[in-house]
Amino acid sequence: MTERLDRRGFGLRLTAGLASLLLSGCGDEVSERPWVRHLLDKAEDLNYWLQRQLLPHHALAREYDEADLSPQFRANGSTDPEDEDYRRLAANDFADWGLEVGGLVERPQRFSLADLRTLPSRTQITRHDCVEGWSCIGKWTGTPLAALLQRVGVRPEARFVMFHCADTISVDRYYESIGLGDAFHPQTILAYDMNGAPLSVAHGAPLRVRVERQLGYKMAKYVMAIELVESFSHIGRGHGGFWEDRGYEWYAGI
Amino acid sequence: MGGLQSEARAGRRRSWILRHSAIVRVTHWINFLCLAVLLMSGLQIFNAHSALYWGQASDFPHPLLAMDARPDQQGALRGVTTVLGHDFDTTGVLGLSYVPGFGERERGFPAWATLPGMQWLAMGRRWHFFFAWIFIINGLVYLTSGLASGHFRRDLLPTGEQLRHIGGAIWDHLRLRFPKGEEARRYNVLQKLAYLAVVFLILPAIALAGMTMSPNLDSIAPQLVILFGGRQSARTIHFLLAAALVTFFLVHVLMVLLSGVWNNMRSMTSGWYRIEHTEDVDDRTT
Repeated sequence: MTERLDRRGFGLRLTAGLASLLLSGCGDEVSERPWVRHLLDKAEDLNYWLQRQLLPHHALAREYDEADLSPQFRANGSTDPEDEDYRRLAANDFADWGLEVGGLVERPQRFSLADLRTLPSRTQITRHDCVEGWSCIGKWTGTPLAALLQRVGVRPEARFVMFHCADTISVDRYYESIGLGDAFHPQTILAYDMNGAPLSVAHGAPLRVRVERQLGYKMAKYVMAIELVESFSHIGRGHGGFWEDRGYEWYAGI
Repeated sequence: MGGLQSEARAGRRRSWILRHSAIVRVTHWINFLCLAVLLMSGLQIFNAHSALYWGQASDFPHPLLAMDARPDQQGALRGVTTVLGHDFDTTGVLGLSYVPGFGERERGFPAWATLPGMQWLAMGRRWHFFFAWIFIINGLVYLTSGLASGHFRRDLLPTGEQLRHIGGAIWDHLRLRFPKGEEARRYNVLQKLAYLAVVFLILPAIALAGMTMSPNLDSIAPQLVILFGGRQSARTIHFLLAAALVTFFLVHVLMVLLSGVWNNMRSMTSGWYRIEHTEDVDDRTT
């Protein structure tokens, strides 16, 4: 009987302990402990591994019809960069803008908007999923990143494609990176048109990345330069992107 | 044995049964922990865009549900919850609430309901996806053992006789009369149906609806998006199923409290459940 009595309150004690762990404030304190963070990161490692190893690399994101286009496509993050260089380029309708492609490539090159428009193009109507939870459907036209990379020649030691952007959020320049698998995915394009018109400033004029199958923050706007690298640990705070440096997943497939 | 004698003197007899197997008890509490963390981190994630829609994409002007803060005629901020176009003042809880250290803040669910408490989407996602894995693994252990041991067939599947008397069971529940004696050895029909719905319907569906929100999984399993009628529908269904689970939890806890809190808690921790035999049973057996 005593054993039973000892066990009697176990469930309630467990419940009370969990409740006190979770209740207001404690969650913040627990979340700030490095070991908790490292433990929780294990699931992120598992998710990344599963997504890359078990799932086909070239599965296509669903493409929609014109009728599905969102009447109001939300613009998030920077919507009107105040950076002086960008302002100057925008004032001249991006005639002086050029995309620098360099790093671990055979033939570094600069592409004007006119150059990009003469390269092969792809148009796709896709769903844009923001990490915040909302979705919008838009039509994007642009140069497949694969076509661009074939033109400059990727050196064998390159592993990531970095996108350097013109906009600053609080104090940091926006940047992003994707792996070569996603870079050569047929739906990964450098979009210059949205819904049949040149990209607006709010949506990243003159050029933004589309990495369908990942979340919106991967799709950097105001792209100024593309750099192929072996590692991004020396760039920004070393996590591969502006939001990644602030705790978001580098592989944003979920 | 002294205990038994004194109980017999009072005209009643008790017996003990091992009600829950170890695997059911362990997976039950792990599941409870997972669902608590998943709920609170899920509300944190919801708060990053505190509105729900139907279909593939977000029709921003027409949410099914939305929580935000708006100034009233005097210019003071009020928390407003909009459900299918109808506004409700939910100041202090939904839309606008007090965050310790930050003051009144526009946010969907209040700090005490979210994990972490402050607005921190990246960390909410980490908690959510970590415990989603524990939940899935724990659920698979439970399902495999339940199928292999015959637990589902034996203990959760209602008998034809139970289903025929479901009206009586509902009436008994409404009067808070719970089965005693031999009848208490098994789950009653309402219990069985509720557990079956949670285990085989709500929990699998909430996991699938969650996975449907992943753009990467959608490219591999487009059927998921079709099944839920779109990514935004999946998000809404995920939320509604979570609300259904909270409702189940409240009723479940109420029933535990009303039908003998210590007996129930003991049986879900040590496994032992006490059966109180009614007097006529007592007469028959002594």
